[in-house]
Amino acid sequence: MTPSKTATLPPPIAIPRPALGPIARFLVAILPSIIGFLSLFVAWHVAAAYLVQSVLFPTPLATFGKGLELALSGQLWIQIGASLKRIILGFAAGSLIAIPIGLAIGSFRTFRKLVEPWTECLRFIPSVALITIAVIWFGIGEESKIFLIIYATVFIVILNTAAGVSAITPNKIRAAQALGATRWQVFAFVGLPATVPYILTGMRLAMANAFTTIVAAEMIAANAGLGVMLWDGRMFMMIEEIFVSLVCLGALGFITDRLFRLAILRFAGRFSPTM
Amino acid sequence: MAFLELKNVSKSFVSSRSRSTSLAVRDFDLEIAPGEFFCLLGPSGCGKSTVLTMLAGFEHPTGGEIRVNGQPVEGPSKDRCVVFQGDDSLYPWLTAAHNVEFGLRMAGMPSAERRQKVEAALGLVGLSGQGSKFPAELSGGMRQRIQIARALVIQPKVLLMDEPFGALDAQTRHVMQHELRKIWLATKSTVVFITHDIDEAILLGTRVGVMTAGPGGTLRDVVTINIEGERDRLDPAYTRYYAEVHGMIRDEVAKSVRAMAA
Repeated sequence: MTPSKTATLPPPIAIPRPALGPIARFLVAILPSIIGFLSLFVAWHVAAAYLVQSVLFPTPLATFGKGLELALSGQLWIQIGASLKRIILGFAAGSLIAIPIGLAIGSFRTFRKLVEPWTECLRFIPSVALITIAVIWFGIGEESKIFLIIYATVFIVILNTAAGVSAITPNKIRAAQALGATRWQVFAFVGLPATVPYILTGMRLAMANAFTTIVAAEMIAANAGLGVMLWDGRMFMMIEEIFVSLVCLGALGFITDRLFRLAILRFAGRFSPTM
Repeated sequence: MAFLELKNVSKSFVSSRSRSTSLAVRDFDLEIAPGEFFCLLGPSGCGKSTVLTMLAGFEHPTGGEIRVNGQPVEGPSKDRCVVFQGDDSLYPWLTAAHNVEFGLRMAGMPSAERRQKVEAALGLVGLSGQGSKFPAELSGGMRQRIQIARALVIQPKVLLMDEPFGALDAQTRHVMQHELRKIWLATKSTVVFITHDIDEAILLGTRVGVMTAGPGGTLRDVVTINIEGERDRLDPAYTRYYAEVHGMIRDEVAKSVRAMAA
């Protein structure tokens, strides 16, 4: 006896997938991150309000209240603006200096040998250690801060760029040569694009360095900036100001890093260095 | 008339660590006529890829001479375009079409003309309509098709292929061999094809050069494959050639195994 066809068909497999709109899907996707952030503030609140219970450790609510007050008065924006301006100027200048040097180090052996003593010795001197000399040389104005940020940026970007150049697989170069590319074309159309992800990664790391450096520099010599806020807070026992400054640093660092990651994914996702 | 000439070519490498020299290729003599599909076949480590690297101009022979069209080879040139084994020679930041047009762009061809040629080249390798995809979105076989299209589109005098199907799975490899044979029958371009696969060499080559075991291999024999048109593994002629070449390779592999054991 032949079984009837309909009887042998397996039942359709039900895939339980609730129909979600794009907004709902986005919310579900970012939910873990939101919970993660909330837990940070909950832990802070528990520690400040129940465990420590001291005026020296303000709660998140008190801190945000103070932050709102400073933001409404305009004070907070002046400090953030001062720090951000220095970071952006120094970071941009540092990257512009570092990328060509890194490309040259990666491309020319002789140049690498000439420049390596500079990069390999100087990069171990932390930029914070140069604050005093920067102030002596450039005064307490913007120049000293920008010099320090450049210094904090340059070596990381140089090293990553050079590493990117040496990571290019020889076949990519050879293929271009066999397709008739000149030396200059090989550099512009193969070497440079293949190095982009490494350059961006170097810049992302350098940005974190720039944040560390700017705060230390501003604490010692400046008249505005998040570092000044920290220092004044200590001098005048304004604990809440200190916490506002710390929260701002964390938030700014987080946002800039995310922007960088987005840029890397958006512009360099397919510049996959491994393929 | 010989189009490609290798006269008494040898190549040794100096190891920078131990300062010892190792011989990769020795006393290599070969002449290839225009329009030939020459397969260079040999056991692994015999130096067959080194021969191709020298033909491409990426490396220079330490002895002897290589001439193309009477001119000594001095460096890489678009006259001798290369298809590599791995797909790491494609540019992952460019789409398939932009990869294919790379050589034309370097030569400064206007974009309208480029687009037309790229379309035709993609069609030739069976990738019409796939031009806007990135290499990472394509399968291994498709990436090798892009490499072939990228080389064919600049119409090189010689196409150098270094085990281009070596990293593909068996089914894809068979399809690619079949299509490469068809492309060659249609274009009759000069091809030097490196492989360790006897079957592939006999399916594709007008002549098959068998190398001796390495290190320091040289050309042992050249077998002319007289099967016109598309080739079939079930053809008795194919089987005879297979047996003949297989016998040679078996000897060489045995030698290299003995050499390693000694």
